[in-house]
Formats: sequence, C-alpha cells, structure tokens
Amino acid sequence: MPRLALTLLLLLLLPGPAWAVEPLPVTEVAPGVFVHRGVHEESGPANGGDIANIGFVVGRDAVAVVDSGGTPGIARRLLAAVRAKTDRPVRYVINTHMHPDHVLGNGALAGEGVTFAGHANLPAALSARFETYVSRAKDHLGEAPVLVLPTLLVKDRAEIDLGGRVLDLAAHPTAHTNNDLTVLDRQTGTLWAGDLLFRERHPSLDGSVKGWLALLDRLVTVQATQVIPGHGPVAEWPEAVEPLRAYLAQVVGEVRALQKEGVGIAHAVPRVAVEAKTRWELWETYHPQLVTAAYAELEWE
Amino acid sequence: MKTRTLLLAGLLLAPLPAYAQEAPTPEDQERWAYVRETLFPGRKAEPAGDRLALEAPNRAADASIVPIAVTAKDDPADPVTKLHLFIDDNPVPRALSATLGPAAARPALETRVRVNEYTWVHAVAETKAGRLLETGRFVKASGGCSAPALKDPAEAAARLGRMKLNLPADFRPGEPVKAQILVSHPNNSGLQFDQVSRTYIPAHYVDKVLVRYNGQEVATVEADISLSEDPSLHFAFTPEPTGTLEVEVTDSKGASFKQSWPVAARGS
Ligand SMILES: [Zn+2]
Repeated sequence: MPRLALTLLLLLLLPGPAWAVEPLPVTEVAPGVFVHRGVHEESGPANGGDIANIGFVVGRDAVAVVDSGGTPGIARRLLAAVRAKTDRPVRYVINTHMHPDHVLGNGALAGEGVTFAGHANLPAALSARFETYVSRAKDHLGEAPVLVLPTLLVKDRAEIDLGGRVLDLAAHPTAHTNNDLTVLDRQTGTLWAGDLLFRERHPSLDGSVKGWLALLDRLVTVQATQVIPGHGPVAEWPEAVEPLRAYLAQVVGEVRALQKEGVGIAHAVPRVAVEAKTRWELWETYHPQLVTAAYAELEWE
Repeated sequence: MKTRTLLLAGLLLAPLPAYAQEAPTPEDQERWAYVRETLFPGRKAEPAGDRLALEAPNRAADASIVPIAVTAKDDPADPVTKLHLFIDDNPVPRALSATLGPAAARPALETRVRVNEYTWVHAVAETKAGRLLETGRFVKASGGCSAPALKDPAEAAARLGRMKLNLPADFRPGEPVKAQILVSHPNNSGLQFDQVSRTYIPAHYVDKVLVRYNGQEVATVEADISLSEDPSLHFAFTPEPTGTLEVEVTDSKGASFKQSWPVAARGS
C-alpha cells in the first residue's frame, strides 16, 4: 500500500476529536441524576486526577453539570456521558467549591449558552489559588486548564430551572472552604453536598472546622432523601452525615483538651483521634493536615 | 546482575529508622554557606553539638504551618544572645532573628514557618563572645510560601493585629514559664499570584515583635516572609508574683499593634 494511503487509513482509525471521547462511567442514582465516582487516591498520573464525585441532572429543557472534575479531559469525558444519556443541552455548570479536583475541568465545558454558578466567594478564592493548583497538578493535567469562574454568584440562595425541574442552590458560611455550595434536586430529594460531606475518604480542611460542625448541624434539616458526597458513595440522608460529624467533633474535642494541657501543635498532631485511622482512607496524608488546621483555628478560642 | 537487583530491592524494602536524617549534599552545603554568609559576612560558624537543639518534623503535616523549636543550652561563661532560624531554600531564607533580653529565662524559641520546598533548616546561636553555633535538619514539605494560606480572608481582615497570650494554667513566681504569643496577621508572603488580576498579592507580614515583661526586654524578633499566617512565638520568662507582659508588633506596611496582659503567678 502506498505510504500516503496508509497514513490516511491510520488517521481514520485514530480517535477523532469529539466523537471518540470515552464517556465517563456514570450511575443514575435517581431519575435524571447521574453520578460519576472518583477514586480514593491522591490525584496523580495513575488516576488522571479523577478523584472527586461529579455528575449532572437532566431536566426537560436543559442539563446542569455539578462539578467539572480535576482536568479538562475528565470534563470532556463527562460531557460525552451527558451526550450518551440525553440530547438536552448543558446550560449550567455548578461549582460546589474551589478545590481543583472539582473545578479544573471548567474551561472544557465553557461555551455559548452555558452559565457557571458558584458561591459568591469562589471567584476570589479560586483566582488566588489557580496557579498553585495547576502547577501541583502538572503530572496528570495533560493540557493546561483554562480558568473559568462562575458568573451566577450565590450569596445565600438561588434557583436553577431546567424545565419542570428546579435545583435549589445554597451558599454556606465557611466550613470545608469559604465557598461551599450545595445543590438540592427537589424532584428526587437528592442533595449534592460537595465536599461538605466526605464518606470513606479522609476529609480535608481548608476553611473552619467549627464552621463545618455548625453547618452540618443545620444541614441535616434539609429535606432530602439521599446525598451525593464530594467523595465516597451515595447514601441516605441525613444519616450519612454522622461519621463525618462525629469525627470532626472528636478532633475538636481532643485538640481543645490538648491545648488546655499546653501541648504544642507539633506534639498534639500525632495524639489526636488516632484510633480513627482505620475508618478513613488516605488517613496518613490528610489526618495531620486536618489536625494542624484545626489546632491553628482552635487556639484562638 | 540478579543478585545486585535483589540486593537493591532489599535495600529499598528495609525500613528506615524514624530518626534517619539525610546527609546534606554538596549543593545543600553550598546553599547553606551562601545563606549564612549573607547574614554573617566573613564570620566562621562551628557545629553546635549539644549546645543547640533544633526540633522540626521530618515531614510536615502542612507546609504552611511547620512547627520549629530552637533550644540552646546556656553557658554562663559565654551566654547566647541571639537565635536565628533559616529555611535554606525558601525565597527569603531567614525566617527570624531573635535578640534575647535580660528578662528571657532561657535561650529558646518556638515558631511556625512556611516551607516552600524540601529543604534544610538551620538554627544559629550567637554568643556574647561572638561565636556562631549552628545546627541543621532536613524537612520534607513543599508549597508553603506560594500556598494561599488565607482560608477566610474576610475573617482574617476583621481580626488583623489581634493578639493572644497563652500561659500554662499553673506557674510559680521565680520559675521560668513558657509563653506563647499569637498575632492575627495574614502574613502574605508576596509570592501568591492572583490569576484574574494577573498580579501577586502584595507582601504584608509581621517584621518585628518586641516582648517585654515588667518593662524589661524578653526578646526582640525580626521576622521575614517565612513565618506562617497568624505568627506564633513561644519564649520563656520568669514571672514575679505580679507583673505585666507587653507585646508590640509592627508589620511591613508600618502598622503597629500593642497589647499587654497582667500576669499573676500562683503559689509561692
Ligand atoms: Zn474539597
């Protein structure tokens, strides 16, 4: 075969730009609510940064994506998953908070008619961190993400209508971060909690542990039947909150007690909630960070 | 070949003792020599041996809050007058220099620093006779300087300059006590980049802390951008039955904050 023809044939066989993107595996956890589960690992080349739960809700007229994932590639695969389930257009991308595993895919979902929604504090918080996030994710990003910030900014509450299906967006005071937003699908009673809820995976703290505990106490009153956590399996609401709530409360209690004894931060960290080690994945990585942050916060009491 | 591979695998699998400290490479040594020369031009330093202890985690829990303690063993014949702390590979290596005053109970200091990359950390004790005693440790941590540490900027702005004094529940007059001063301050390193404005968030950090007890200097600390957000300093002084501890802080924008606390020792 002449060389040119061979090259052309090879080109035809190669994956094309759009249609060949492999859809992310998603599960329909309620009618029209699709979730992709991230793995309980640190972001890296092995998992391609696919560590957070992301997904979408399909209405009569439009689709809302909830979190865009850790890389532009993941976002495109999520879009392919949307295409496989519905021909409705994506009109909204909702960012539950600023963390890179949830938002670095934003740029790949931007386009005409797509509105990005997020907590009113998110633009400043992500803007200040974006460069750091990108440089830390270099080993698995594949391509440079484009920073796209929400324009539909939620200070308190907002509604998104997908056509016969309303999503309630709620912006919260500082907890996991200072820009946590939850999404309630009224129709199915499904709550997207973002990283306000960690299940199985050890929580990370980038906001206020006291704020987080106070918020969880209020959040349990939300009328929902199931919850999609930022990490970990979908579960019944509000029971699913309890392991995280109890753990954060334990950390706070033990840190306070050590501070009362005058135990410094370096010596406190290895002593707090040590037996919880078996209950949380990635404990070694996140436990010292959580306790350090909690210690620094609580010593101002 | 096979034996060698096995041997190598065995070495890799062998658990390292917890206290294992890496030896400095020639580049590490060169870097430290350069850093030291910048602050102490033309002066020789000697290994501190057991006269100076430097406590730091091998691997930091959080690169923007790395606790470090420096403790010198005092020698009345040649007392330690200053303690210096360096994070060799940080953009500004000197974290702080503390001049110990007459009210300091012992030559010791604790603080929390940001660590930008895996680095050697060095402490230097300066004695009255002008000797420099040095010691170092390797710390694994990265991203602490450029990490936007401010978790809640609104809250941080609201309490800028607020201070807190922590003392043990019980202490006696005439016996040295360790106190902690916390200063609420963003301590922006100037290395945090804002993607939207395409500018660096301006440096704004605590550059001086003066601590006095009953009018006498405990310590004067000159600091740079490596101190963590909400700088924390521990130092020791010897309380009298009653007294006042005063702290004066200035920052890189020239703002100053003052606070004082009555300190009443218990027991006799
Ligand atoms: Zn998060």
